[in-house]
Amino acid sequence: MRYADDMAPWPAVRRNGDGMKSLLEDQVRKSRMPARLDFIQSASGLALALFMWVHLLMVSSILISKDAMLFVTRMLEGSLNPSEEAGWPILVRFAVLGVLFLFVLHAVLAMRKLPANWKQWRTMRSHVKMMKHGDTTQWWVQAITGIAMFFFGSAHLLIMYANNDKIGPYLSSERFVHYGLWPMYLILLFAVELHGAVGLYRLSIKWGWFDGKDPRKTRKRLKKVKWGITVFFIGLGLATFAAYVKIGIERNEPGKIGVPYAVEKGQDH
Amino acid sequence: MSEAKMNVSTTAGSGQTTGRTLKINILRFNPQEPDSKPEMVTYKVPEAPNMTIFIALNYIRENLEPSLQFDFVCRAGICGSCGMVINGRPDLACRTLTSKFFLGEITLMPLPAFELIGDLSVNTGKFMRAVSERVGSWIHDEEEKQKDLDALEERMDPDTADEIYELDRCIECGCCISACGTMRMREQFLGARGFMSVARFHADPRDKRSDEDWYEVLGDDDGVFGCMSLMGCEDTCPKDLPHQTKIAYLRRRMVDT
Ligand code: HEM
Ligand code: SF4
Ligand code: SF4
Ligand code: FES
Repeated sequence: MRYADDMAPWPAVRRNGDGMKSLLEDQVRKSRMPARLDFIQSASGLALALFMWVHLLMVSSILISKDAMLFVTRMLEGSLNPSEEAGWPILVRFAVLGVLFLFVLHAVLAMRKLPANWKQWRTMRSHVKMMKHGDTTQWWVQAITGIAMFFFGSAHLLIMYANNDKIGPYLSSERFVHYGLWPMYLILLFAVELHGAVGLYRLSIKWGWFDGKDPRKTRKRLKKVKWGITVFFIGLGLATFAAYVKIGIERNEPGKIGVPYAVEKGQDH
Repeated sequence: MSEAKMNVSTTAGSGQTTGRTLKINILRFNPQEPDSKPEMVTYKVPEAPNMTIFIALNYIRENLEPSLQFDFVCRAGICGSCGMVINGRPDLACRTLTSKFFLGEITLMPLPAFELIGDLSVNTGKFMRAVSERVGSWIHDEEEKQKDLDALEERMDPDTADEIYELDRCIECGCCISACGTMRMREQFLGARGFMSVARFHADPRDKRSDEDWYEVLGDDDGVFGCMSLMGCEDTCPKDLPHQTKIAYLRRRMVDT
């Protein structure tokens, strides 16, 4: 296709020959980029979903005891003797940056699939309502929870970046109650667990991972596993949530705020 | 195919009924008439034994509403003309028994994502032809023209032949297209019918197109990377084509290309 100068689709192209060139090249041979982007979208989603499981298992150590949570925290800070000594909280900062990178990467790629305008949004919604079809509805759930995480997940990550040295049984609980962030955690819990489990199920279908002899039967089984996982992690998450809120309420008094559990025990935070 | 309209009397049996009266709601709209507005109209139909939606529609057209538009040809799930949305899901009217609906209330709508002809009749043919041209759904072989026409055709591995046959069973009814959320949001999307067609020619050793050639058909967000694995196609295809496995297969192939 050739454009006369004044027919070029937008002004920048008229000035910048290179921009146009790459567009025209696409008419000769399709770019491999969409393939790569699809792959990266899936890989980043997979990494995030697995990370979120490990994350919740770690955080839920509070259900065992305050000491257990302190131990896990120090271990992840790189302490060589987690029962006695703190580690290097700066490591937490690096970890947060790593997760943030994956998070942004995945969000940017996956957001391409969201309805792009009112008409698409309305069409998709009426389609979901009309079909009453499990996988379609779950995609919708994924879209909504994805948007929720885009805001609250980013906020959570930045808060952890800033408070990298204030993680522990007491200080973490303070964020739930004293700093009033409990609604954010509750939203994130449901959003992550629903979104992640559906995402992993979809990944297995999308790439045909566990097809086996009878892929249709496998799909039914995967659906059951998915629900099992969702219920397990939401249950675990709610119990963990309750534990932090309880501590947070107990500690929400002048003189107690800002005092780490380790210090109360007579150790360096 | 879908534009064919016949007027065959097909009311089942000899006036036998099951005693149940069906409430059939039909979304009526004739885009040809300037005053026509989309509206739900309810018809009461005495249910006959083994009645299909298609028979019920004929009853309505013969006894209640002669202007009702809908398509059929084969009445046996072969021609693909009678696809419509039945209680929310795309399906074939001629293969859906009214006894399936316990409450006796059935809502019918034309297949979305296709050009509406009127009432329940849509132009699937136009769409299917475009898909066919886009995919190039015929054997591509540069050397074919120089081939000795008297020579015996090469033998095909029976498993390959089976696979091709399995994919050739598509009747172009359009159910997979209407059931696909991606398709409905993005008109340029190739759709599941297109993927099945690609899979069919991809499997055929007589078609000489390479994965690089197929990438030109599939390799963007209007192609296989646009599919969000919603499985509407898999769950509504009346011929049970292997959408789930074949789309995943094409995706893997295209990522490796
Ligand atoms: C900013 C936050 C996020 C947004 C906006 C977002 C959005 C989305 C959307 C719209 C999809 C559907 C994509 C498609 O159908 O092709 C998706 C898929 C997915 N998401 Fe997220 N998501 C976010 C965060 C996360 C997190 C934290 C996890 C981990 C628990 C995750 C795991 C997944 C997985 C495994 C998939 C399936 C990937 C695929 O189909 O290729 N996402 N995401
Ligand atoms: S693939 Fe199935 S649903 Fe789609 S057009 Fe063919 S027969 Fe109909
Ligand atoms: S699996 Fe892909 S093609 Fe099939 S309904 Fe879903 S998005 Fe459409
Ligand atoms: S009339 Fe031919 S498929 Fe229903």
